[in-house]
Amino acid sequence: MKEIIEGSYAVAEAVRLCRPQVISAYPITPQTHIVEALASMVADCKLDAEYICVESEFSALSACIGASTAGSRTYSATTSQGLALMYEVCFNAAGMRLPIVMTIANRAMSAPLSIWNDQQDSISLRDSGWIQLYAEDNQEALDLHLLAYRICEDHEILLPAFVCFDGFILSHTYEPVDMPSQEEVDAYLPAFNPYQRLDAKDPISFGMYATPDYYMEFRYENQRAMLRTKKKIIEYGTLFKEQFGRDYSGLIEGYKLEDAEIALVAMGSICGTVKDAIDEMRNDGIKVGLLKIRCFRPFPEEEIAAALAHVRTVAILDKNVSLGSKGAVGLEIKDALYGSSIAVYDYILGLGGRDIRKKDIRAITKLAEQGSGDMFYGLREELL
Amino acid sequence: MPLNIGCTARPGRGRDNKTGSWRVFYPIFTDEKCTGCEICILLCPEGCIEKEGEKRYVPDLNYCKGCGLCAEECPGEAITMEKEEK
Repeated sequence: MKEIIEGSYAVAEAVRLCRPQVISAYPITPQTHIVEALASMVADCKLDAEYICVESEFSALSACIGASTAGSRTYSATTSQGLALMYEVCFNAAGMRLPIVMTIANRAMSAPLSIWNDQQDSISLRDSGWIQLYAEDNQEALDLHLLAYRICEDHEILLPAFVCFDGFILSHTYEPVDMPSQEEVDAYLPAFNPYQRLDAKDPISFGMYATPDYYMEFRYENQRAMLRTKKKIIEYGTLFKEQFGRDYSGLIEGYKLEDAEIALVAMGSICGTVKDAIDEMRNDGIKVGLLKIRCFRPFPEEEIAAALAHVRTVAILDKNVSLGSKGAVGLEIKDALYGSSIAVYDYILGLGGRDIRKKDIRAITKLAEQGSGDMFYGLREELL
Repeated sequence: MPLNIGCTARPGRGRDNKTGSWRVFYPIFTDEKCTGCEICILLCPEGCIEKEGEKRYVPDLNYCKGCGLCAEECPGEAITMEKEEK
């Protein structure tokens, strides 16, 4: 059913429809509306789940680990500093192979304190072993939660996932979404069938220690599960398309890319602005297209190399920066295109909520054409 | 130890954990020098030295961590530590 609701409530509804048995989260802007809505649903008996109030994000994800090892479908949500406080627990959840799904309402990292959007928080956890999916709009944010649970709980995968959507830009924006019914979601997402669980009658421990003789093999198994995720996304994305009509069968998505000479690469809500800017530039005769990355971990390097093989120039729009190097997406794209003759430029932009407008996208396209890149874009020179 | 998904383990006794894999040096017992005082048995942190005969003691290399306490304390200098090639 089509309805117009705030992004956070669309996500909360999606989570409710996924029937989590345990939710544990700590409120933090701009994630608060999601967990507030879920707490209300539990209190009003609209969602049959345990809602565990905790004193910090570290405890929130730790409680999810406990619940997941006990065999429950679990959910959490956080952002920025809250995610940073979960750093250690994130690695544990992935190493214990627990299919926890967590929404990240992307926000900049302190200091300086900023509650506004960029993607530094989840990008900084890129090595933690969590699948990372990025939504362009609230419909996609809603849908990716269903997809995430389906992928994570597959016994060939057993990994946790971030569903990332841009804080405020999506989380606090009212958009029309097509809300599936409970019956439709139940048909897509079967009840959680844990691969193994804590049981007092048959006790096991999770995440035991591994000596140097074993540790590397455990990490390699995590890597292999992550790489297997690529084909599972295609499989369950195709299943999603058959049932709901919306196509998430690709790890990446092209927009006017087939005949493009210049490709812009982006993740998240900025893709909408980029598409509008591309329509304008196409009217002016500029052959430009978009490569949208929906799945950042695992990183679809072969798919990206194939999709960009025909272009002359690539401009990456990075809402993050690996200080002392470049933007994280830019680094990965350069790796994926290594050995090709394509000119690849990285642009750091939109940090801490700095607006990105259509004219900025046009300006970056021009900079890339001129061979100028690997830079912060949109700095206020008068402040420097 | 199998590579269980999630690095899981079942509870067990201490003897399930074969600490011998930690070893860099291993003890060699020279029976001719042994006085039979059994200080090695008493001091071994793993309790893995067994009496096998008169003045003959043998470490269980499944558990010997190679700490060298037995060699250090043996009054008859009957125990020496050798580097183990892996």
